[in-house]
This record gives sequence, structure tokens and C-alpha cells, in this order.
Amino acid sequence: MTFPLVLGLDTFGDHEHDSLDRPLSHAQTIRNVVEEGVLAEQVGVDFFGIGEHHTDDFPMPAADVVLASIAARTKRIHVGSAVTVLSSDDPVRVFQRFSTLNAISNGRAEVILGRGSSIDSFPLFGYDLADYEDLFEEKVNLFAELQKGGPVTWQGNLRPSLNNQDVVPHTEAGPFPAWIGVGGSPQSVVRAARYGFSLMLAIIGGSPARFRPFSQLFLLALEKFGREPQPIGVHSPGHVAATDEKALEEFWPRWLHIITKMSKVRGFAIPTKESFMFEVGPRGALFIGSPETVAQKIAANLKTLGANRFDLKFGMPGLSPDSVMSNIELYGTKVIPRVRELLATKA
Amino acid sequence: MSGVQRIAVLGAGHVGPVIARLALDAGFEVAIAASGSPESLELITQVVMPGVQARWAADAVAAADVVVLAIPLHRFPALDPGLLEGKLVVDAMNYWAPADGAAPMFQGQELSSSEIVQRRLPQSTVIKSLNQIAYQDLEDGRRPAGSPDRHAIGVAGDDPAAAKLIGEIVDRVGYDPVLLGSLRAGRVLQPGGPVFGALLTRSQFEQAIHATVGQA
Repeated sequence: MTFPLVLGLDTFGDHEHDSLDRPLSHAQTIRNVVEEGVLAEQVGVDFFGIGEHHTDDFPMPAADVVLASIAARTKRIHVGSAVTVLSSDDPVRVFQRFSTLNAISNGRAEVILGRGSSIDSFPLFGYDLADYEDLFEEKVNLFAELQKGGPVTWQGNLRPSLNNQDVVPHTEAGPFPAWIGVGGSPQSVVRAARYGFSLMLAIIGGSPARFRPFSQLFLLALEKFGREPQPIGVHSPGHVAATDEKALEEFWPRWLHIITKMSKVRGFAIPTKESFMFEVGPRGALFIGSPETVAQKIAANLKTLGANRFDLKFGMPGLSPDSVMSNIELYGTKVIPRVRELLATKA
Repeated sequence: MSGVQRIAVLGAGHVGPVIARLALDAGFEVAIAASGSPESLELITQVVMPGVQARWAADAVAAADVVVLAIPLHRFPALDPGLLEGKLVVDAMNYWAPADGAAPMFQGQELSSSEIVQRRLPQSTVIKSLNQIAYQDLEDGRRPAGSPDRHAIGVAGDDPAAAKLIGEIVDRVGYDPVLLGSLRAGRVLQPGGPVFGALLTRSQFEQAIHATVGQA
């Protein structure tokens, strides 16, 4: 079982600043994301994902609308969420929006369901974070039913039942790809396998290699549940610039700022330059540097993890549009061909 | 050597399997249990923590010298205190409302979360530990005894002998134990405290704590 190598990009709609470090409007940031998606296709990126967020740093609550605009201006690139916070959404509406995106894009839509590290949708839509697990379990269950196509009969505890309900728009060629985004919980890996969804490993801190058992667990669990093999992907943050020094110089202050802000809200220790550089190194989860540095790290981790897809989460609140567009261009024109080369020769 | 041989880990989410692997690597006999049956955990234990035994919670606890609580804290109120009667319990849970939501039992309390856990488990001896380093760093953060860059893990408890015993386990798994005199003093290990989420050497750890106590 081999799946084709897929190399994608993800954004959270990171709020951009101009060359004088003044914040752009949310609206301009969103228009820039559309241009980023169009550029991604031009430079040969396979997938462009947008992760739902609800804050001033990441003003991106309606990712599917933005994805639809990108789909309308592109021909080849796959477009999807990264992630859709299913627990605080309605599975029927999620299905309808992505089925519509699939129609607009001629079958290029994908959805990645998960929590993300964003928790802001819970108070916004009146959900309790303590119910996260129950909400996700039940809503994934309904989503899997909707993916089968045809009238849906379903019953749960947290959402009204459906009785032989036709849910439109119907897809033209079977279900669009659905992934479950997984952090560090093996039980989430097993759940993804139980529904026959693909597995997206969100590796945002610590050693990527520690996720290796999760790939094995996923394959064995698919087998146990009588499911077909499914692709395994990796999502990690990073930044590509002409040189390692330039990439680090651009990224570090923005990273420090945003993680410090999160630290204060969530009460964990503020990162140090030392802890940051550890994450940049071979045993960490940040993919930052020149095209060669980033390509080597991607290829090494895909091999270690037995994964066939890597999505680089690019950008960071405060980076300029120039720096972000340059990242995308280098990723498409330099990193992707180099990763393909490294994996072909080492296979 | 301590008399602890068998460790039971309750919880098989993000944290439980990591602690189980740490304990296994340190030479303990380790069992793990989640809310469901051992069968539902078998594949996970085989692949993610080979050598660890999947058990029903009651069986794992009954056979254990030490029980590690690694369930989401908002599930703790539903746990039967009788299950842990007479046991030495390590509370590795955190009350982390901004990330996990508010839990009424822990909301707006003067007490540290482990003091509330102890009150709920009056027949058990509760020690707070293994909670303050992020689960994704726990394995890579280990160092052999005597390494200059060895990291510290706080151990807080009201029973000095029990705290010492847990300190020995912390040492065996690869960290310098820093003993704090009481569960109340374990507040510094909580989210929002000076050492939460950080990998620090013993001296950095002690400095961070003293700086906070100095401010208070």
C-alpha cells in the first residue's frame, strides 16, 4: 500500500503586518490568504489548508468561504480545512459547506476534523470545553454517516436526530477525503481508524519521532476494524527563507510574541531562545530555515513516521505579506522538489 | 531501593501512556486502565507501550503499590474514591480551565487542586507530581542521575515518607525530585505557577520557586 507523496501548506489566517510593522486589517489579511492560495498552486504545492480560528491574531472563522474563492481561481491544488473544529460546529452544516466546496472545486475539497489548539470557538458558540470529548465523538459519528451519501437516519444525545433525511448537495464521485487531526492521544488514532478516516498527526512541539508508534497503531487499527489502508499526514509549523539565519530572524520574534501571549492566558512557562532552538533542531517540531534545511527535515520525518503527506503551517501573526509570499514560493519551487528527490533516492 | 514495584496508571489519553512508558523503562511493573475494558486498550498498549499490561481499573489498582492519576481532571469527580482506598496516589492531573474548561469542584478554590483531590480521597495518600512538564517533553527530558543538565520534577505531599517514596520513583525515571513540604506548597507546580510547562534544572527550578515566593 503506497499513497502518493503530498506536500501542502496550511495557514490559520495569521494576522499580517505591513513593512512598518503595523497590523493590516482583518479584511486585507483575508484577501492576502486568497492570493497565497493562488500562488501556492502556481509554484506546485499540492494542498492548501486553512485552519479555523476566532481571534485577532488569527481572524479566520469562515475558512470554507476563503477556500471557495481560492478554488474558483485555481485548477489543480486541493483545498481543505486544517482544521475544522467539529465539536463546536454542526456536522450537517460542515458536510454541506465542504460538499459545496467540493462542487465548486471539481472534487478538490478535503476536510480535516479536530480540535486544533484553538479553544475560542467554545465560549463563542456556547459550548463547554469540558464536554469536548463527548461532542467530538458524537459529531464525528454523524459526520461519518453523512459521508456515506444517501438519506441519513441518526440518533445522538447532543444534537437533534435525523430520520431518513436527504442531505444536499450530493457529491459526484463518492465522499471527499476526510481526516482526523490528532495530537498526542492514541485513543484519537484508534477513533480515526474506526471510521476509516485518514490520519493527520499534528506535531507542534517535542520530538516528531515519538509519533512513530501512532502510524503503526493506525495501520493495525484499520486492519482490526476491516478498513482499507488510509493515508497518514503530518502537520507542523515552520518558515522558509533564503538562508537559515534569515528564516530564524524573521520567525523567532513573532513566535516569541504569540507563544508568550498564549503562555499568559494558559499559564505555562514562556519559551526561551534555547527551547526554541531545540524545536528548530532535528529532535524538535519546528521546520525553519533555508529550503535545504527544511527539505531535509521533512524527508527525514516522513520516513521516520511512515507518512506520505506533509503540510507546513506557514506564517505567524506579525509577519509581512512579502515574507509570507516568499516562504510559499521557496516551499513550492525549492523545498517540494528537493523532498521528492530525497525520498526517491532513499526509497 | 524503594519497595515500590508495581505502578498502575489510570488514564490512556495524552499523558497516561507517556508516564506508563517512563515507569516501564525505569524497571517497574506497569499496568494501565482507562474508562473502558482492557480489550479496548489492548492494541494501544501493544503498539504504543509494549510491556505495559492493560487491565480493568479495579484490578490494576488492587495490584499496585502506587497509582498514578492521569485522567482529565473534569472526569475526576466521577471516579469512585473507594477504588483508591488505602493507596498511595500520584496526582498528575492539572486544573487547567483555559485549555480544558471549568470544573465546578475545582472552580474558584483557595486550595491547590491536589488538596481538593486529597479531600475527595480521604482514605488515600495523595502526592502531587509528574504534572508540570508537558507530556510531549517528558521522555526526551530524561537524563541519567548526575548529569549537569538533569531536569527537575516537583513532588508535593503532606506525608513526608510518601513524598520521599515518590521522589525515588521520579529519580529512577530520570529526573531530579524537588520535594515541596505540603500539598499546599504544590501550588507552584500548577498551571500559572512559575515552573509549569518548563524543563528546568534543579537550580533553575528552585530559583523560579523562590522568586515567586519572594513576590508573594
